[in-house]
Amino acid sequence: MADELVNVTIEGAQVAVPKGTTIIEAAKQAGVLIPHYCYHPSLPSPAVCRMCLVEVEKAPKLAPACVTAVAEGQVVHVNSENAKKARESVLEFLLINHPLDCPICDQAGECELQDYVFQEGRSGTRYKEYAKRYNPVEDFGPDILYVPNRCILCTRCVRFMEDVAESPLLNVSERGDRAFIGIAESQRLDHPWAGNVVDLCPVGSLLSKDFLHKARAWDLDKAASVCPGCSQGCNVTIDTRDDVVVRIRPRPNLEINRHFICDHGRMNYRWMNRGDRVEAPLVREAGRHVASDWDTALDRLGQMLRGASGSAVILASGRASTESLGLVRRLFDRFEVTSAVQVPLGEEAPLPGIPGLALRRERAPNVMGAQMLGYSTDWSQALRAAATASVVLVLDAELTAVEEAALAGAAGLIVVLGTVAHDALRHAALVLPVTTMAEENGTYVNRDHRIQRFHQARSQPGMARPAWWVAGEVLAGPGPDGDAPSTAEEAFRLLGRHWQVFGGTSYADIGFTGRMLSGAPTGAAR
Amino acid sequence: MGYPHPSHPKETVVLSKYFGDAGARTFDGWVQRGGYEGLRKALGMSREAIIEEVKASGLRGRGGAGFPTGLKWSFMPKDVVKPHYLVCNADESEPGTFKDREIMRWTPHALIEGCAIAAYAIGAERCYIYIRGEFTEPLKIMTAAVAEAYANGALGASAFRSGRRIEIVLHRGAGAYICGEETAMMNSLEGKRGNPRIKPPFPAAAGLFGMPTTINNVETLAAVPHILMRGADWHKSLCLGNPKSTGTKLISICGHVARPGNYEVTMGTPLKDILYEMAGGPRPGRTFKAIIPGGSSVPIMTRQEAEEALFDYEGIVAKGSMLGSAGMIVMDDTTDMVYQICRLARFYAHESCAQCTQCREGTAWTTRILERILAGKGKQSDFQLLLDLSENMTGKTICVLSDSCAAPVVSGIQKFRSEFEAYMAGSREPAMAAV
Repeated sequence: MADELVNVTIEGAQVAVPKGTTIIEAAKQAGVLIPHYCYHPSLPSPAVCRMCLVEVEKAPKLAPACVTAVAEGQVVHVNSENAKKARESVLEFLLINHPLDCPICDQAGECELQDYVFQEGRSGTRYKEYAKRYNPVEDFGPDILYVPNRCILCTRCVRFMEDVAESPLLNVSERGDRAFIGIAESQRLDHPWAGNVVDLCPVGSLLSKDFLHKARAWDLDKAASVCPGCSQGCNVTIDTRDDVVVRIRPRPNLEINRHFICDHGRMNYRWMNRGDRVEAPLVREAGRHVASDWDTALDRLGQMLRGASGSAVILASGRASTESLGLVRRLFDRFEVTSAVQVPLGEEAPLPGIPGLALRRERAPNVMGAQMLGYSTDWSQALRAAATASVVLVLDAELTAVEEAALAGAAGLIVVLGTVAHDALRHAALVLPVTTMAEENGTYVNRDHRIQRFHQARSQPGMARPAWWVAGEVLAGPGPDGDAPSTAEEAFRLLGRHWQVFGGTSYADIGFTGRMLSGAPTGAAR
Repeated sequence: MGYPHPSHPKETVVLSKYFGDAGARTFDGWVQRGGYEGLRKALGMSREAIIEEVKASGLRGRGGAGFPTGLKWSFMPKDVVKPHYLVCNADESEPGTFKDREIMRWTPHALIEGCAIAAYAIGAERCYIYIRGEFTEPLKIMTAAVAEAYANGALGASAFRSGRRIEIVLHRGAGAYICGEETAMMNSLEGKRGNPRIKPPFPAAAGLFGMPTTINNVETLAAVPHILMRGADWHKSLCLGNPKSTGTKLISICGHVARPGNYEVTMGTPLKDILYEMAGGPRPGRTFKAIIPGGSSVPIMTRQEAEEALFDYEGIVAKGSMLGSAGMIVMDDTTDMVYQICRLARFYAHESCAQCTQCREGTAWTTRILERILAGKGKQSDFQLLLDLSENMTGKTICVLSDSCAAPVVSGIQKFRSEFEAYMAGSREPAMAAV
């Protein structure tokens, strides 16, 4: 069904947008950001902040751009004198009771109040003689603090809980300038998706305890990534401060997670900062591991594989990239392979307002990618097979004590491509340091067959390399050879040669929002 | 009859004819006084014919906005197969206004009859009457009257055996001024916080519970049976000034007059007659200083403006204010205008629903400035600040509460600037402690 298009002129730029589009969204098409607070593209619009008032020619009053639909031939002025004066006055009103405690506020640097006041607010205050409204900080939930003094009552948090989480815990309490965000009596803001209110808050009123005073926004580096918390594949940004991951926030993707991520994903980053990492290739010499260099280690691995035959087992982490899973599996082309990915299970936690979006039971991001590459999810069967296999390759899997003990008694060679040093390594013939998903580029395939790229967020420790690089070097053999991939993109291209499902796609196609793999069923979140 | 004092000869008594007559409260008493004939007649007419009659009568909304009633009814969709609702706004929360209260106290069946006719005309089977929370006595009387109307077949599954279902549900408000705003009232009826809604969608398209809805004031609905019985021409003839303002209008007068109370006049009556003859003029030895003619939300008029004004929608606008609800607050020369304006601003600051930024912060800030002036700490620059804030609070919000706060401030500064200056100069004793 073709949408009927409406032609409008916004700040002199002509755009044609589907009928029913709001002025604020049409303006984005015209390259104009209309300042706003209460409006959010994933929430219903109450038009209460009155920040997005714009001048529409021939209209008697300024119109709220967030709820006014475009009309044919409409001419909109965002920066006319009237509109600017209205915005300046809203900013003045918002600031009279705002503490202006930016120096100690976590939001500073990414605060929409700060940004717009800086952009077009008054330079001085006219509200001099009075004390500002004061309310004490409230503890809303396990990870959420409410600082009412900074609140501009945009009600995004209230609407998120009511209309998206469908768990109406928050409200506007009191009236007039005494109003504040209230929480239902004796309730806690512990909904599995509640953390989104912190991101939605345009000011520093709702804060994450986890991120509290951790870093200034302007000191953060950001990498576009994909949440490794479950098979949903929510798009996220990994924020680092001085190479340490300090925060994970949602990255908008209207096809998957819109603007939200669950608290499980949000908090699932501490492992990225672990200090107990394997930093050099460890080669077993006379019963003990000796730190080595990559040339030696790769030669050793190549020899081992050439010298073995029969059955092989791959025990892979569910967080391994498609590239790594694919190239590692290709190492065993000559073998009879049993390969499995580790998929921890948890409770499913849907976000009711966004159909198709949930924290999934399968707490691994690349289950589908692994399956496309021939891996199974039958972990215990793979472990049983490991007992008699001639080679067992552990790709960063986290093994329980029982599993480690079983592996220790295995007959064949054990090769570990690992990130952290744990006991299972003691029996390995070779331990090769690999990077975590936060330290490499790669792709995941989510449960709906959408392949998505993630980008390196922090540098790799020591000599760690992506597992695909290790496998690629071994596959290419010793000596100079142009076939070994030097980037994740090249590694991905290699996958396409062996697995048709990846053949028609390139990193450029996948872009920042992912791509459905051809032939794969659609059915992601609206 | 008249209540609390006998009707004045210059009044045109239609709606207030039985004020003070307790006998009119019962169903039988109302029927004896000619009641429910309008409903019986309406039920024999087509819906379109009723709307045309009301349109022709020139009846305009008596709640404050003055929107033509018949036109409003005609906005209700005809071919939508959804429940339609009528909501009667009996919240009467506008300061200075107490006319609807008297209608409900003395002639509850007049309202019920009007509601029933309007409900039928707009295709609604159910009418909600939203009664102000503080109106305990009117609620009691209305409750009894509605029960009687059901018992006597005027309401129910087949009103007067017409085959038309007409139900009335009384709903008691909880005391918020803003719930008198029609969209806030719908939210309140739905059990939500009484915040005004953005329009569009207008109530006729998506109102109460998302269904087509018409909202009318008590006085508007109470006038409808008379229009049906006596005809549109009769109603149109009740006009002394501008033909756009027809019928009679109840006026609530309070403040510094000899005889405060409700009066009913033909549209176009000189305001001077109302103030001096009906309400008896100022108290002995006093003169009028200022009149707020339409409930607290309209600009303040000076005595001169008021004395020259004709009392109808256009006449009051011509003198710089608005008819509003016709709740008149009269202030004589003993009145401290700065204090009164501050009191009004504080009311709006208290009642702001807190949705829109300008209203939430602006009403409170305005109040603080006025309190500071009253405390003797005002500055000349406060005039510009107050006027600037008022401008920023006007025409920018979802509803008009913020505009209503600005109106008396702007008109007060324009018309009574010297009183502000007296506080600023220290020539008037501070009226309150510094904040």
